[in-house]
Amino acid sequence: MLLLQVLTNGLALGGLYACIAVGFSLVWGVLNVINILHGSMIVLGGYLAFFAHQYFGINPFLFAPFAGAVLFVIGFAIQRLAINPVMGRPVLITLVLTFGINLFFDNAMLAAFNADYRKVIIDPPLGVFEIGSVLLPVDRLYATLLGLALVGALWLLLRGTQLGRAIVAVRMDRDAAALMGIDVRLTYAVAFALGAFMAGAAGALLSGIFPISPVSSGSYLGKAFVICVLGGLGSIPGVVAGGFALGVIESFGALAFGPEHALTISFGLLLVLLILRPQGLLGVKGFN
Amino acid sequence: MLRYSIIGAAVVALFVVLLAIGDNYLLRLATTVAMYVALASAWNIVGGFTGYPSFATAAFFGLGAYACGVAQTYGVPLILAWILAGAVTALFASGLGLAILHLRGHYFAIGSLVVADVLREITNSWTSLTGGGMGMNLPLIGGSTGSQAQFYLLAMVALAGLSLLAAVLIDNSKLGVALRCIEQNEDAAQVIGVDTRRAKVAAFTVSSLLVGVAGGIYASWVSYIDPIDVYDVSLSVKPIIMALLGGVGTIAGPVLGAFGFLALEELIWRNSLEFHAGILGLFVVVLVVFLPGGLRSLQGRNIWQLATAAFTKRWA
Repeated sequence: MLLLQVLTNGLALGGLYACIAVGFSLVWGVLNVINILHGSMIVLGGYLAFFAHQYFGINPFLFAPFAGAVLFVIGFAIQRLAINPVMGRPVLITLVLTFGINLFFDNAMLAAFNADYRKVIIDPPLGVFEIGSVLLPVDRLYATLLGLALVGALWLLLRGTQLGRAIVAVRMDRDAAALMGIDVRLTYAVAFALGAFMAGAAGALLSGIFPISPVSSGSYLGKAFVICVLGGLGSIPGVVAGGFALGVIESFGALAFGPEHALTISFGLLLVLLILRPQGLLGVKGFN
Repeated sequence: MLRYSIIGAAVVALFVVLLAIGDNYLLRLATTVAMYVALASAWNIVGGFTGYPSFATAAFFGLGAYACGVAQTYGVPLILAWILAGAVTALFASGLGLAILHLRGHYFAIGSLVVADVLREITNSWTSLTGGGMGMNLPLIGGSTGSQAQFYLLAMVALAGLSLLAAVLIDNSKLGVALRCIEQNEDAAQVIGVDTRRAKVAAFTVSSLLVGVAGGIYASWVSYIDPIDVYDVSLSVKPIIMALLGGVGTIAGPVLGAFGFLALEELIWRNSLEFHAGILGLFVVVLVVFLPGGLRSLQGRNIWQLATAAFTKRWA
């Protein structure tokens, strides 16, 4: 029964983890940029939800799309101002650049919000589902379902809209896409902004469950790394699989080695996977 | 070669003057800059010559620091402990290199980036050996504060010299040619008969050896290390910024970049204690966006021309 509970704990985080990583994966896949800023964007989304709850009493789960919208604007501006000039440069340049932006962002958040952990207290508490002897906190269920819903919405957007097809086309062959009349620069900016949207929304969902602090941005970024490598780059179903896989692995890893080693286990796993199967479990070319 | 000799002579002269003055603040700055020269030059062997975006410097630095600390607590004499630190790090890096150097681009960057996190957590948990999160105190060498400072400056400058020597030797060797081939086109290099795997692992190992010794000297110099400090990700990024500042892939670039970076860092720290990381971040953005070739792209042009050129290029 314990194992079933541990499995449930892991699965209950899976959708949320997919939501954390999908924006990072999109930016990596389409812009070919490792966005070190991603973790900080998640934290900012969390703070937006925290303040929306504190001052206006808005439920953080419902606030997620709005936090995402704010981050969309910020992401669009950052891509246009700083990242666009280095598009197509080697990974060293783009990674150092996003690292620099991240230093600024992190420091600004630390100055604005200080390093204290803060928690959204949802009143009345959402309670816990009991299925047999397995307990499932309702807030986690909400977060994971909403996370999955947002990931699904992104998937539909990429599949079914002109904008989404443009993003996929640029990802596959930017020159051919440009010849077909797609504005490549705008598409890059929108793809980056969509990544930021998903980060902001994920942050809002996270703030409904976990305490938030500027210092946790690195661990979210690390999770995004692992999920992308686990699931493979370039497909949303891959990210979802990676998210659930990481949730379950972390959960069982915590049972076996203690919760403090969760990060070590997932990074160790990441290294092993990179060595054995760098394209990930479900990796494909193109972005579907 | 003439340029290197002039730079070398200038550095030696500076160093003699510093030792003569013996001001503790200046000694600390000089030791730091020597460490930066070592780190940036060592990184440049992998990141510049070979073109592999390594973010593993922090991992090697921390490993070297802890190897030295552990060795010293078991009574290994100081200088031997530094050599041991380098050896342990090089051994680790050769294994790691065999495992991750077949990755390219973004995957290699991420793979090398997370190594420091893994080592930090292992160091944190292995309390019996490393003191865990409490950190580790290293034995002091005795003597006055001034003479200690001079001793560590000497050690760090020797290491910086060694790093430069290693870079020059590699650059002028068959290995250097192989690395440059890999940097330009790895598949082509393989086709013309370069043993790319061996060359890459060799470069990675030499680079890590120097970084490991730097970590060891740093550990004895500050005499207290903790996992958060010595495995800090900024240790991976700073050498890259220095190399970018001075010119990636050149011998003199990382040296100039190290001096430039230290000057900048001191300036920022002095003027803004609260927001220094943020300003450093902005500086990185400006550097990467406006000066892609480092300070050398300033030659003959002023900053205003460069900025307008970059803007017109972007908005056109």
